[in-house]
Amino acid sequence: MKYAGLLVMPAGFFLSIAALVLFPAPASRAAFVFCGLAVEALGLVVAVRGHMQPRGESRP
Amino acid sequence: MTPIAPAMTDAAFALALALLLLAPLAIAGVALINTGLGRSRSAAQALLGNLAIVAVTAIVFALIGASVAGNLPGTPGSEGHILHLAGKPWNWLGAGPFLLSGMAAAPAQAQLALLFEFLAVAMAAIIPWGSGADRFRLTAGCAAAAVMAGIVFPLLAHWVWAGGWLSQLGVNFSLGAGFLDPGGAATVHLFGGLSALAVIWIAGPRKGKFPKEGLATALPGHNAVYILFGCMVALVGWLGWNLAGALIWLHAPLSALPVTAINTVLSASAALAATFVVTRVRFGKPDASLCANAWLAGLVASSACAALITPGAALAVGLIAGIVTPLLVELLELAVSIDDPSGAITVHAAGGLLGLLAAGIFAPQQGQLVAQLVGIATLLGLVLPLVYLLFWILNRVHPFRADPDGERIGMDLHELGGGAYPEFVIHRDESYR
Repeated sequence: MKYAGLLVMPAGFFLSIAALVLFPAPASRAAFVFCGLAVEALGLVVAVRGHMQPRGESRP
Repeated sequence: MTPIAPAMTDAAFALALALLLLAPLAIAGVALINTGLGRSRSAAQALLGNLAIVAVTAIVFALIGASVAGNLPGTPGSEGHILHLAGKPWNWLGAGPFLLSGMAAAPAQAQLALLFEFLAVAMAAIIPWGSGADRFRLTAGCAAAAVMAGIVFPLLAHWVWAGGWLSQLGVNFSLGAGFLDPGGAATVHLFGGLSALAVIWIAGPRKGKFPKEGLATALPGHNAVYILFGCMVALVGWLGWNLAGALIWLHAPLSALPVTAINTVLSASAALAATFVVTRVRFGKPDASLCANAWLAGLVASSACAALITPGAALAVGLIAGIVTPLLVELLELAVSIDDPSGAITVHAAGGLLGLLAAGIFAPQQGQLVAQLVGIATLLGLVLPLVYLLFWILNRVHPFRADPDGERIGMDLHELGGGAYPEFVIHRDESYR
């Protein structure tokens, strides 16, 4: 899970970059950059959940 | 962040240099805060770690980083490596001289830019050190700092400050003035905060932090005086940093500097006041360490936008930072089990994010918000996974975390052989029963 989230995040970055190249119109460009950020946020949430330790695991 | 750096007057050069000489106080302030927020049995290791990391980053940045970061646009060696894609140039890697050769002959502004980067990389690298307090080994911390200073920071510095593709978004894609980050909110604080997240994920929480049942154990900082004095010291450094950044990266006129300084103070003050009220309402009494975190978050947010916005907007940015800080600290600890003793993710990552967004929202140029969002997307989508990967590999070679015995007796005794406070009686830690 944690690695899946971290792999999704670069996909969001490339989506944002693709938006710059593919959409000259400001509105659609901004919308796709937002979409890229949303994908990154999704990846971050998955990575955070993947790294959450079950309670008690840190206890010696 | 124009393609060619305009020449700097002698007065501006002298002022920027003097301001940059104040900037190490920001590093000292953050180091004091990091130390105070850790435990007393790890205080000497924490402060020595901050100092060692500053030393390591200076050496590694001089050896490798400065060359990768490249020079200011319009100066010798500033061309960099350009990738032509979709009909646009993407300057992705600097090509500065090796080992700072020829620096003395470089234009004055290029020398200032290099000094700024030297200080910025040190600040970025001590941020994850604070998050790994009480468990992060000294040598591993230095190795992580070397990775940050030698690989990731120089790339970011080139992209944002030295004519790289992020700074050219305005020229190539008509997005405002390109990605703006005059005080290092992205290259220093967001980067440092995301690196802190990677360190926390890899090193894991402190022993006893998240027990089998009930809420997370509170492990409060050991010295509120360090924390609060660190905030005051940091303000002086931040003023130097933000004003110098405005002169070097935005080519701001001298007459614009007082407003930048006022915005810096306003942002931190509003953040402190908001957290004071929030914690007073929630807990009945204001919380000193959360107020300190908010002060710092306000300063971090100002790094991105103090030179670009009005005092009213700076006040609003600070208020938002102050409201978000205590809530996010609580959320990260209680809801997602992130053990971040220094609050770096909230203070540096979230604060930096807020400042960068504010710079986009309040800037007058068309498309500036999209430019800022692309910069944020780069940090979040590219830099965080890259830093995590590099730290993961490093952790395999040289484990980040001290062995359980070291954690039990404290990092001072374990790593240094002596404590920071030899006259103190060390109490048994109840969380180990």
